[in-house]
Amino acid sequence: MVDAPTIDRQGFSLDVAAFFRRYAALTALIVLLVFNFAVTPHFASWQTLNVNLTQVATIVIVSVGMTLVIATGGIDLSVGSLMAISGAIAPMIFLSSFGRSYPALGDALAFIVPVGVAGLFGLFNGWFITRFQVQPIVGTLVMFIAGRGIGQVLTNGNLQAFKNPMFQFIGLGRIFGVPCQVVIMLALVAAAAWTLRSTLFGRQILSVGGNERAARLSGVPVAAVKRWVYAISGLCAGIAGLVVVSINSSSDANLVGLGMELDAIAAVAVGGTPFTGGQATVVGTLIGALLIQLVRYTLLANGVPDAAALVVKGAIIAGAVWSQQRGKSA
Amino acid sequence: VSAAAANPAPSSRRISLAWAARQRVMIALILLILFGALRYDHFLGAYNVLSVLRYNSMFALTSLGMCFVIMGAGIDLSVGTTAAFASVVSALLSPYGLLPGLLGGLAAGFVVGAINGFMVTRMNIQPFIATLSGMLAASGSGLLLAQNQSVSVSYDTNFTWLGQGDLLGFPVPAWIAVLAYVYGSVLLNYLSLGRYVLSVGGNEEAARLMGLPVDRVKFLTYVQSGVFAGLAGVILAAQFGAGQPAEGVGWELFSIAAVVVGGTLLTGGVGSVATTLAGVLLLGLIFNVLNFENGLGWISLSAYWQSVVRGVFLMVVVMASSGAARRAVRSA
Repeated sequence: MVDAPTIDRQGFSLDVAAFFRRYAALTALIVLLVFNFAVTPHFASWQTLNVNLTQVATIVIVSVGMTLVIATGGIDLSVGSLMAISGAIAPMIFLSSFGRSYPALGDALAFIVPVGVAGLFGLFNGWFITRFQVQPIVGTLVMFIAGRGIGQVLTNGNLQAFKNPMFQFIGLGRIFGVPCQVVIMLALVAAAAWTLRSTLFGRQILSVGGNERAARLSGVPVAAVKRWVYAISGLCAGIAGLVVVSINSSSDANLVGLGMELDAIAAVAVGGTPFTGGQATVVGTLIGALLIQLVRYTLLANGVPDAAALVVKGAIIAGAVWSQQRGKSA
Repeated sequence: VSAAAANPAPSSRRISLAWAARQRVMIALILLILFGALRYDHFLGAYNVLSVLRYNSMFALTSLGMCFVIMGAGIDLSVGTTAAFASVVSALLSPYGLLPGLLGGLAAGFVVGAINGFMVTRMNIQPFIATLSGMLAASGSGLLLAQNQSVSVSYDTNFTWLGQGDLLGFPVPAWIAVLAYVYGSVLLNYLSLGRYVLSVGGNEEAARLMGLPVDRVKFLTYVQSGVFAGLAGVILAAQFGAGQPAEGVGWELFSIAAVVVGGTLLTGGVGSVATTLAGVLLLGLIFNVLNFENGLGWISLSAYWQSVVRGVFLMVVVMASSGAARRAVRSA
């Protein structure tokens, strides 16, 4: 589950309790699944699975990029705003007179341009942070504040409603019965997990996060690695923005991706990636996001109001991170 | 302003950097005010000045609490939803009078702050995650208490005076903010607790070895931030006549931005109360200036431009202080 090998000073331990503390999120997910199979009516159905996976997909897509950023010891607060920009640009393209006269080309550009623009803004984040030696939380705060404004200015704050089956395949279509965004989510998780585990770039990400000075001295292009990581986070946010506007059949720059940065960070933290960098688990992030989603679903399905679910969500996040830390020190 | 001068923890280079950044923010604020005063007729008129102060007093309070947390090398993401939660509590208590409403809001903030502080100091959860949990919990509590809708305050008592009233021709919320900043300035510069916060933020291990009560100091910064957020919530309820459980979105990041613009380093150990206020006013006045500019009729920028301008402004501030960083390194 842990993509990166971690150094365990105590050596190999077979302590079962320690194992469960360490993999608290996975344990909690399994417990919650068993609970739901026993208690929640109609839980064991394709419908339930699809609903949950569809809802969690956008968070996971964003969290994949966030995991890589956090693996370098950084953080990306701008993802929600980049989703708003990407979501604002796509309909502008296929609703334009050009997009209407060349539908195929318009739809293709409506995929490529918004994701590319979000990636460029991500690259800007990385450039800004490395060029001016800014802390990532401040560096991405700039794009958090300005980004949504850019989306709102582009659309003049108006809601763009549309019906475009071709474009909306990304949010409403199915591939062999599986929702398209779930396929994208799984592909991104697999690609990022593979990158971290088996590629030079992945090892460079972890070495930058583990000890930046040591990485620099051993010849890792630290600034380039960071720029790429933020660009990837931007690309992921761009894709997630397209998924959200497709599902809604409308794009509202005021709302698309609002609060997403915190959802994604929570998923990464619950999944067991430490904020200090140097270690990361993309599969853990997937589990973290699924856990948060399933807790909410379980509470709502059993008649607990949404507001109370928020409180529980907060407790779950704190509890998961707390138990991981105890697991590490144990 | 000379907050960092006597602080032993951070290196002298970091101190001079932060000092330069602080002079910049004061100069920038004065230039912006001069620009506005020369360009627009009613910019310095009583109505505009007082309404700007009345509205921004809430952000001034959350930013002050945030400033101390950040100087202690922490962060508090919960200030916005804590204010929303507190606004609901104080609105519910407003029929019993001004004081119960005020105390209720403060107590709500205190509870959230104490939970945050407990998570950070006792459970060793990183501040970002701990206060993210606190943020969700406060938001959920506010929504539960208010049953997902805004709660009207009572107009039978004088509760709304806290947000809408005037005292000696000056808005009450602005008085509250001014008093809070005087308190913050005294705390930071003249009381041992303020020096402790800087030491803990500058080098926690060293502070611990010196025998400072590190955990207690950190705990108090979170409680203080919660109480200030609670006070902001009381003003929110009193000013707009309703407790608003869904308000406060993005306040935490606005406050962080104001603290950063004010020259306080996010790494902790260095900071200033006065320039945090300047940061709040700068970010607030940008919106005001945009409104006036639209009023002149030369350009027509929608309200949405304000976030773009604010973001660009934050970027310029960060770049400028980084330029100061490079010069300081070269001359050292």
